[in-house]
Amino acid sequence: MNTIYDILGTILPFSAYQFNFMKNAFLALLLLTPLLGLLGTMAVNHQMAFFSDALGHSALTGIGLGIILGLRNDLVAMLVFGIVWAILICLIKQSGSTSTDTVISVFSSTSVAAGLLILARGGKFAKYSSLLIGDILAVTPQDLFWLLLALVVTLILWALLYNPLLLTSVDPWLARSRGIRARLVECVFVVMVAVAVMLSIRWVGVMLINALLILPAAAGRNLARSARQHAAWSVGLALLCGLVGLTLSYYWDTSAGASIVLVSALCFAISFAVKKIRG
Amino acid sequence: MHLHSCALCHIDLNGISVRRGGQVLLQDVSMHIHCGQLTVLIGQNGAGKTTLIRALLGELPHGGSIRHVDGRGLDIPHLRTGYVPQHLQFDREMPLTVCDFMAASLSRRPVWTGVSKKTRARVDEALAAVDAAGLADLPLGRCSGGELQRVLLALAMNPAPDLLVLDEPVSGIDSNGLQMFLDTLLDLKRTHHMAILLVSHDLRFVREYADHVVLLDKSVLAQGSAAEVFASPEFASVFGFSGEEAAE
Repeated sequence: MNTIYDILGTILPFSAYQFNFMKNAFLALLLLTPLLGLLGTMAVNHQMAFFSDALGHSALTGIGLGIILGLRNDLVAMLVFGIVWAILICLIKQSGSTSTDTVISVFSSTSVAAGLLILARGGKFAKYSSLLIGDILAVTPQDLFWLLLALVVTLILWALLYNPLLLTSVDPWLARSRGIRARLVECVFVVMVAVAVMLSIRWVGVMLINALLILPAAAGRNLARSARQHAAWSVGLALLCGLVGLTLSYYWDTSAGASIVLVSALCFAISFAVKKIRG
Repeated sequence: MHLHSCALCHIDLNGISVRRGGQVLLQDVSMHIHCGQLTVLIGQNGAGKTTLIRALLGELPHGGSIRHVDGRGLDIPHLRTGYVPQHLQFDREMPLTVCDFMAASLSRRPVWTGVSKKTRARVDEALAAVDAAGLADLPLGRCSGGELQRVLLALAMNPAPDLLVLDEPVSGIDSNGLQMFLDTLLDLKRTHHMAILLVSHDLRFVREYADHVVLLDKSVLAQGSAAEVFASPEFASVFGFSGEEAAE
């Protein structure tokens, strides 16, 4: 780890990066933003922005249930609950009996309410309020290992799933006629999004996680013409906004998550203008 | 190229029935779809045409059997179907070129990493075969109705299917595009000798081009040549006018 810190200290010409917590945050963003940027492209194509928002909210319930069940590790509780929640939403959506929007809204509000009910018992919510806004500066080297693992696994799954997912997002029936198990592919995808969201929520926060997933991909979509360009713009912008936001937050003494999201929003606004000018 | 090219090979649908939520959508549908022939399904809306297609594609559970048999009546294992949907309801703003769309289906390499030269050549060849050369780099969302149908046809033809299924492919295309699409289809029928099943509402087209016509309303009401089916009393009762009037 020290070697990596030394290298970062040498290549980053900002006084902010003399501290190890800033270096850890930098490394975390280096792993996290490409992960979310890639998944975001498909979340946007599948029109799942609202879905991932609901997924982020479910982290509250996950932690709450973890406390009730006496689990020591918050992350495990969040992951398990997030995955179950994601699959449930996916199955109900696929059954086609109710409008997707409504289903997601029901799930979202239920999980927020259940989470608050448990976490705010006896007026103790303040203890968990950091969950809402996250703290990227609290990343530890061990967290970095998990993030690296998540990135590697995502890349492998992404290589296998991308084409089937792309065809499914264009037309599920057509995809099925070409031997793609569209429902299964979609379920695996939502589980991947759930894992990525739960892994990053402690650092980015329930309120902002969705912006990190959706904004770079949405901005990339305004600029790209092909699938490859979309992935490149989305990952590139996610990285850029992440690192610029983190650096600015240090000098402005502001919340890192909020700064990153605002820089991303600015990128989206610029991309939107570029799209309109191009016509 | 089509591999099982013989005059008599066919797809044998026997007693196909589909039920959903207690409702009978299809009842005892039996028909042959011969290779080298254009078989057209006609019937009113809700007659079960799309349901039959979905059953045929293996997307709906159904009773009865679907066999692919050669001229001697022996089973040919595995029926490869190509499917051209009626229309694509997709997000036209999606950053996706025609080449991306086809490569996602034709190659394993994830298209976000780009398209290999080999796959690109395959895509170009497939598009050229349906008179759609030059569309590869166009965003899919910018294709006109006729262009999109050609792209879908190019995709359905790769890999070469035993049975090509088209669900009302000619709706929403201007007459120029329509004629081009039909010419391409008839050309494919001749050169690839494949079985083609098409759903159509355009009775004038059916009369002119169909080799075999099947009139459907939950079950098969009449089948035979266009002239035979158009002259049948079932035709008059379904459409409310006779076949002669339909052709005018």
